[in-house]
Amino acid sequence: MSESAIEFRDVVKSFAKTDGGRQMILDHVNFTIPVGKTTVIAGGSGQGKSVTLKLILGLMPVDSGQILVSGVDMTGLRGRALEQLRTRFGVLFQGAALFDSLSVFENVALPLRERTTKSEQEIREQVMAILTQLELTGHEEKFPAQLSGGMRKRVGLARALQLKPEIMLFDEPTTGLDPAMTEDIYNLFARTQKQVGYTAVIVSHDIPKVFRLADQIVVLNAGKTDVFASPEAMQKSQEPHIHAFVESTMGTVNK
Amino acid sequence: MVFKQGEGGMQRNPVEKLGETGLYVLQDMGRMGLYLWLAIKGIFRRPFRFAEFMRQMHFIGAGSVMVIFFTAASTGMVLGLQGYYSLHKFGAEGMLGSAVSLTLIMELGPVLTAIMVAGRAGSAMCAELGIMRISEQIDALECMAVDPFRYLISPKFLATLVSVPLLTALFDVVGITGGYIAGVKLMGVNPGSYLEGMRTSVTNHDIWLGTIKSFVFALLVVWICTGRGYLVYQIRGAGFGAQSVSRVTTQAVVYSSIAVLIFDYLLTAVLL
Repeated sequence: MSESAIEFRDVVKSFAKTDGGRQMILDHVNFTIPVGKTTVIAGGSGQGKSVTLKLILGLMPVDSGQILVSGVDMTGLRGRALEQLRTRFGVLFQGAALFDSLSVFENVALPLRERTTKSEQEIREQVMAILTQLELTGHEEKFPAQLSGGMRKRVGLARALQLKPEIMLFDEPTTGLDPAMTEDIYNLFARTQKQVGYTAVIVSHDIPKVFRLADQIVVLNAGKTDVFASPEAMQKSQEPHIHAFVESTMGTVNK
Repeated sequence: MVFKQGEGGMQRNPVEKLGETGLYVLQDMGRMGLYLWLAIKGIFRRPFRFAEFMRQMHFIGAGSVMVIFFTAASTGMVLGLQGYYSLHKFGAEGMLGSAVSLTLIMELGPVLTAIMVAGRAGSAMCAELGIMRISEQIDALECMAVDPFRYLISPKFLATLVSVPLLTALFDVVGITGGYIAGVKLMGVNPGSYLEGMRTSVTNHDIWLGTIKSFVFALLVVWICTGRGYLVYQIRGAGFGAQSVSRVTTQAVVYSSIAVLIFDYLLTAVLL
């Protein structure tokens, strides 16, 4: 069994409903995300995929349970200890979450300026190197509003990779992109993962395409999880809800 | 009394609703209290963002000079005219300088400056932070292990705390000059009595009172305005997306203006 980068132990997360009750998002969930592999978190809308990412990052508290990151329970961490743990992560948000008032260069340079003691010259060299690698040269003075959706994702990826993360989290990375751009972005993920060697966690609706990157699949359904070692194992599952999910997301591809 | 159960689920009775509102208010106060603590703590956290502090000083302070200038000139001139007509009835026009300067230094200067800054810069700070929150920019900062308080909020706090007392001083000077123009140049009050009345009646205590008020009002404005934007998702009834930002921005300006007026009375009662 491979070493785990992230481990969910009996995690419970719920939200208050307007009628005073609780909506259960994760109900005593257990799974592990292996080091150096790509795990895809799949599931229908509202099943808690993005919440799972926010729990991993400590952006939301769990109701109960533990989330271990490289063996450290991050659910009890606060302040600088949590900040320190977050330096291990890179995140590509759904909308890229670029800072509107900063240029592409300034966006990508921000983590280096804030988290390292590098000189301006070193920062410039490192930023230009990653912009070249992600085919963004010539756009460094542009602002996020002047970029296409695909380019914004590339800039977001460049920024996330600056501190050489051990774990990369991708939240719906291809939402709003056309098929060609989607293909391009997934190729970029595969390439950068090979170069940097990070553990990837991808939350996506884009099931057929993202599955080709997956080493493991976690399906969220009604607060519970089903873990599959490969897309093929998932497709062979006889569980009715998995079968229905595969049919609804991959059926048209398989036919 | 029987409370019917609605089709959509349990319908809560008024006591439950009151309790829920009470709990929400307590939670909100706790969140805002914690927010204030983290924002003030962020001012002392290194590295200090001097460039961002100067940018905020320019936006909140220098950017508000014109609106403060015109508000102060108008207020001072109106005070000069109104004061003249009131004092003239008792043959006490010579007290005009004293009346205008004390009113401006102790009350109107700090209050109107804070309300103007809330409307101009406070609303902008609230909307900026609200948009950053809904577009996950603040989450992105946290994920990069960058403290959003030190990076975003604390420079705004410090710049407001420095700018508002300075703007209040400007307000007082322009307002007193406006009162002088209206009273002396237009209505014919003796210039010597206007200036001498001001010199003899305004004490250091009055100036300190105005300064303390402007400092407290600055804290209220920046706390409420940035806090509403930063906590946009935790505010009941704010909704989601662009609508939530517009709602909390309105709320920020209204709440901070009301807070300024309430604290104006409290500070006057305590410090006068």
